[in-house]
Amino acid sequence: MSDTPSAAHPAHLAHHFDTVEQQRESSSLGMWVFLAQEVMFFGGLFLAYLVYRSSYPAAFAEASHHLDVVLGGINTVILIASSLTMALAVYYAQTGKRNLLVLFLLATMLLGLAFLGIKAVEYHHKYVDKLIPGVAFSYPGPNAQHAQLFFSLYFAMTGMHALHMIIGFGLLIWLVNDARKGRFTPEYHSHIEIFGLYWHFVDIVWIFLFPLLYLIGLHDAAGGGH
Amino acid sequence: MSVHVVPLRVYFVIFTSLMILTAVTVAVAYLDLGPLNTILALSIAVTKAALVILYFMHVRYSPSLTKLVVAGSFLWLFILLSITMSDYLSRGW
Repeated sequence: MSDTPSAAHPAHLAHHFDTVEQQRESSSLGMWVFLAQEVMFFGGLFLAYLVYRSSYPAAFAEASHHLDVVLGGINTVILIASSLTMALAVYYAQTGKRNLLVLFLLATMLLGLAFLGIKAVEYHHKYVDKLIPGVAFSYPGPNAQHAQLFFSLYFAMTGMHALHMIIGFGLLIWLVNDARKGRFTPEYHSHIEIFGLYWHFVDIVWIFLFPLLYLIGLHDAAGGGH
Repeated sequence: MSVHVVPLRVYFVIFTSLMILTAVTVAVAYLDLGPLNTILALSIAVTKAALVILYFMHVRYSPSLTKLVVAGSFLWLFILLSITMSDYLSRGW
């Protein structure tokens, strides 16, 4: 190691790791341990949803009609597209194409922003329709109380999801800046790789939120549930 | 030794599959299939999540230790959901 320091111990290899590969695998593993915690965090919200939906299936199907399937569907497409651009950003970090890396990080940011914009429009609709749980909540019919539960879960789940998107957007600003300066190379780009893991995880959460929140009452045009 | 670079073609195939599955899940939601609606919606979501995890998140090409952590996180989620629901769904009141 001392005779060929540059080859055996590159500058980006921290001294507590033996090899670059060990360092890279450790950072990915660390991110996955964090994501395991995220699975449990969102898992609690999904569990609450499952308990109340199984208790009040008709009220949940009816309340689900008040969500906009078209906007939710467009957002699903946007978010999956942003996962593709993020995967491509990782690919161009691995292959050392700096300009394409910056381009696809920017594309990911743009798609993330579009998602949040549409989400804001949806929240505004809920505000106008008095569907935000609380003193101003107003809902026709006998299921109002249970519908309010649905909307509480809707705002808690999509709100926590949106918060993750906002944090991701902030991290992307930092990554784009570093990528422009050429900080990432095919040998060292762990930041891009593990941020990609985070972004894809946020995508997975939405993959479950979309059918559970938007699609459960569609087959029942009258909105009465079963 | 070096990073496993997933070919671009794989990413586009996975993206297309995810788009098709999204269209399918919306389409079947309009059909009245009784309890099958929920089962289908969740099966499609699990399939999409698996595609993202295996290919976009490179778990298919990751070391066994990473695979173990990924599997473990979903195992604990499964325990959380299944034991709680076995209580709620089997109550007599």
